[in-house]
Amino acid sequence: MSAPPVARNLDQFPDLHPPFDPQSAVIEANRCLFCFDAPCTAACPTHIDVPRFIKKIASANLRGSALTILDANILGLSCSRVCPVDVLCQGACVMHKHNQMPIEIGRLQRYAMETFYDRGAAFPEVWVNENSAGQSAACIGGGPASLACAAELRHHGFRVTIFDDRALPGGLNTYGVAEYKLRPSDSLREVEFVRSLGVEFRQAEVGTDVTLDQLESEYDIIFIGVGLGAMEKLGIPGEDRPGVIDALHFIERYKTSENFTVSGRVVVIGGGNTAIDAANAAHRLGASEVHVVYRRGEKQMPAFSFEYAHAKADGVRFHWLAQPVEILDRSVRFVETRLSEPDAHGRRDAQPVDGSYFELPCDLVIPALGQSRFFADLCESRGIRLSRRSIVADRPTGRTANPRYYAGGDCVNGGREVVDAVADGKRAAQAIASVFAAKQEASHG
Amino acid sequence: MADLTSVFAGRIHSPNPFWLASGPPTNCGDQVMRAFDAGWGGAVWKTIGEPIVNVSSRYSSVDWNGQRMMGLNNIELISDRPIETNLREIAEVKKRYPRHAVIASLMVESKRETWHDIVRRSEDAGSDGLELNFGCPHGMSERGMGSAVGQVPDYACMITEWVKEVARTPVLVKLTPNITDIRAVARAAKRGGADGLSAINTINSITGIDLDTFTPRPNVGGLSAHGGYCGPAVKPIALHLVQQIASDPEVGLPIAGIGGVSGWREAAEFVLLGCTAVQVCTAAMHYGFRIVEDMADGLSQWMDQKGFRSIADFRGLSLPRVTEWKHLDLNYQIVARINPDKCIGCDLCYIACEDGAHQCIHLDGRQPNGAHITTTHIAALDGPPPPPPVRVPRIDEAECVGCNLCSLVCPVEGCITMEQINAGRPHESWAERTATAG
Repeated sequence: MSAPPVARNLDQFPDLHPPFDPQSAVIEANRCLFCFDAPCTAACPTHIDVPRFIKKIASANLRGSALTILDANILGLSCSRVCPVDVLCQGACVMHKHNQMPIEIGRLQRYAMETFYDRGAAFPEVWVNENSAGQSAACIGGGPASLACAAELRHHGFRVTIFDDRALPGGLNTYGVAEYKLRPSDSLREVEFVRSLGVEFRQAEVGTDVTLDQLESEYDIIFIGVGLGAMEKLGIPGEDRPGVIDALHFIERYKTSENFTVSGRVVVIGGGNTAIDAANAAHRLGASEVHVVYRRGEKQMPAFSFEYAHAKADGVRFHWLAQPVEILDRSVRFVETRLSEPDAHGRRDAQPVDGSYFELPCDLVIPALGQSRFFADLCESRGIRLSRRSIVADRPTGRTANPRYYAGGDCVNGGREVVDAVADGKRAAQAIASVFAAKQEASHG
Repeated sequence: MADLTSVFAGRIHSPNPFWLASGPPTNCGDQVMRAFDAGWGGAVWKTIGEPIVNVSSRYSSVDWNGQRMMGLNNIELISDRPIETNLREIAEVKKRYPRHAVIASLMVESKRETWHDIVRRSEDAGSDGLELNFGCPHGMSERGMGSAVGQVPDYACMITEWVKEVARTPVLVKLTPNITDIRAVARAAKRGGADGLSAINTINSITGIDLDTFTPRPNVGGLSAHGGYCGPAVKPIALHLVQQIASDPEVGLPIAGIGGVSGWREAAEFVLLGCTAVQVCTAAMHYGFRIVEDMADGLSQWMDQKGFRSIADFRGLSLPRVTEWKHLDLNYQIVARINPDKCIGCDLCYIACEDGAHQCIHLDGRQPNGAHITTTHIAALDGPPPPPPVRVPRIDEAECVGCNLCSLVCPVEGCITMEQINAGRPHESWAERTATAG
């Protein structure tokens, strides 16, 4: 179980993109062409009606703008901060073809959502439909998928409880996102908003503090939104030395410990967005040098290009084609690699080059490999199918092999974006509601 | 190099046809001299008359899509300075700037002697011409002046006659647009002996209402009053009214065009519809006198490009091209065509035609949004991103009526073009068709 995040000195993590002031927001909103059947809306996993909310900013209808966003995406605030908009809505903006800067959709959404929260986050009461037949659902995990599922289920009149084992709900939004993108306090504002819709939160670890049997006896439907598990191990000697901490633990620790600082040289191992987050954080927390080492090449790096550019601009140094073989006292021993020929999927593996060893001295090693999937045993006990240790769920409905269980978010998709988890949770809730509506209709038939 | 010099009504000479209109920018001699230094060819002095008292909070504007002052409204009255002060400064300006045009705008109570007196004193001060303010639509009209005169042709004619009894310089009558047919007053001015016309004065307006206080702007202690509207928004109205008087065979007077002129292109448009000079106010209030530099430079470059050596070379060239609807060719046919290389896929043309016009643009084969599931594309997991969907709409040329709407809403210049197609039918206007049928 984790401690709550501390209010860190946010000067170290200033906003990556400053918020709009009201006049700038209107000017930017007026740049939007108001495309018909807009490609930005299609590109958003939750299909926010982007031109509609932007035109409401232009017309000074800020409450209407926020409600438009929330109608599609209950976590509109955090998504406005953490979404990789360059590959989503803003990437699809027709302005690219017009040789103009795309509309700053993320910042406009943030402006509408922050205004909504600053003004008290009052949602229309009619949004929660209390008149249905008292069906209930439990959501396991308190991250974006479960929050979205729970809110949407409230909309359809379900009684909903979210079970999360951490001190505070919100999942990675609360514990895993760099402050220059999203602050824990913002994530918690959204949690409180979801609570205000009538969702109950319980701090409990499912499987130990509360069993699936108990959930099944108490709730009609169970939604699994547990995210991913611990980071994968490097599997090399020296991994348990005190100067080694994996990226997720590193991020969580600096977010939850008072006076957490870093000094000296830091080596981050991996090439994903979490590796970049850890590298950027180490830099901001006082590291003198930060090196990211990735076993494949720059082109193969899974991190988004803008994240990579951000880290480079901060002075993070990147080293390609090398993988660690041993962690020593105050250094890491690497072997150089070369890329294999592309396989059937076009993927090129990194293969060690014999004898090409080198050492990189350092004071802290942060492995940032992928996250393992967990919750597998509990799933298997309920006949929920797994594939490569991810839960197998029908993409449009979130249905698993067990009709009482739905699932969404990272534990299904293997680890994508917050907005993908929100979309999964929302779709699952809608599917659950339609199943119950059909049942009700049949029984009243 | 084009010659921009201007001669209005035979006797008002100015280095170019750009005059400042009567208004706040021509309130005092200091302003007018700075304007001449900046390059203005003439100035119509802020209307002189018995000094008035103004209210505080006088202007309000209409902003549009982030642009300020698309239209400007004012409830300011004529000069609040003594007549002697204005005339003394006119004399001083004329002494220092003998080659520039200074025109005294006048408004006094409707008494023959009062008009005789102000005309004599203005001309004695050295003004090159007189502009009779029969157009001001607010405040002064409540006292029987301004547009109260300009809306009654007989009054306008009578006062023009009084002025002409003593005037030695050209007399311009400034027309109000707040009238059913502007030609009636233009003809009255002509009958009264006017030497020229200025058109248009401001349009009656309420620009907007404060949605918190419910008081229209400008707010004078909780109340407002209608004002006069000007600025870029009024240009189409001004062009039409200028064309009306320029084309009227009963008028036949030189015109100083006013209304939304903020650059050389608007000036060229007013001249093409028959104006001899143009007057500018709002643009100078917005950006200062410096804007005249590009007005003169731009007009001159355009004239060189077109082979016009003087303003007279292109004055009125567009007048024969304005006709009555009944003379338009019913068999002229254009259709919209989309250049797919330029199309950015906003599909505004589609929805404009579908909802606002004639349903001839189609999105064949497009999936509506939300029908498919979108996930964040992660190259490392998903491979290279799929190509963006093609969103170029299709125009059904057989159905297209050639209304232009799609090309007007298209944000990309030159993407939708209206192209003439040969329908194989001879010219036939409504007038011709009905004459034949009759």
